[in-house]
Amino acid sequence: MQDLILDCVKAFLVGGAFCVIAQLLIDLTAITPARILVLYVCSGVFLSAVGLFEPLRRFAGCGASVPLVGFGGLIARGVREAIQKDGVMGILSGPLTASAAGIAAALTFGFLAAVFFKGKPKKL
Amino acid sequence: MEQKLYLDKKRYGAYVKGRAARSHVFSNCTNAFLVGGSICTLGQALLGFYGQVLGMDERASATGVSVSLIFLAALLTGIGVFDRIGRVAGAGTLVPITGFSNAVTSPAIDTRSEGWVMGVGAKIFTVAGPVILYGTLSGVLYGTVYYILSLFL
Repeated sequence: MQDLILDCVKAFLVGGAFCVIAQLLIDLTAITPARILVLYVCSGVFLSAVGLFEPLRRFAGCGASVPLVGFGGLIARGVREAIQKDGVMGILSGPLTASAAGIAAALTFGFLAAVFFKGKPKKL
Repeated sequence: MEQKLYLDKKRYGAYVKGRAARSHVFSNCTNAFLVGGSICTLGQALLGFYGQVLGMDERASATGVSVSLIFLAALLTGIGVFDRIGRVAGAGTLVPITGFSNAVTSPAIDTRSEGWVMGVGAKIFTVAGPVILYGTLSGVLYGTVYYILSLFL
């Protein structure tokens, strides 16, 4: 139980910190939210490539894996594992294999939401 | 004797604006920290639930957390609650996987009237497309370097 609470505190602090960095980028530069998402995924791949992401994930758990950098970390890990298993073809089969569940879930639930909910007319 | 203001109107205006912008940034960051941290904490609690209560292995639990948060964000987007939270939370709801889910669901709902193929089908990728494209490209680039290095090391 104590472990769970400590894990939650670490997830809160690290996850919150990732959000603050993004908020500062939005407020202090003219970067758009969509670019933040792209930047974070690519940063996750980079952090994992230089070996920083895995230690961070072990420390912060969902504080590292839930922010979109975690999506990048997942892509990088998928690439490594696919290359170790399949050799050169892993370069191409790895990236989307690891992220498949997240992408499929987002598309499926997004589509279902479009089926069941009507968009509100945009206020001008 | 009349006391003179140190700042004329224009400089005072700039001063107020600067202070307001700074406190604006501070409160935005606080909100982003609290909401973003909370979403990650919820994820951590779910991870414990899937792993220890349902007995799923580490990877299945982690996938379960992502899928759960994506589902929750899609549902909240559908009923219009997500946007209201997002207006306050800013990057707090954007940066976690919930932001990706919202970026997929929101255009899908809004473009129903343009049809299911070129409306929903195309616009669902408005933000997801760039994320998947550049995520994949980074992965391929990293994979290429990793593969070449693995030949020599």
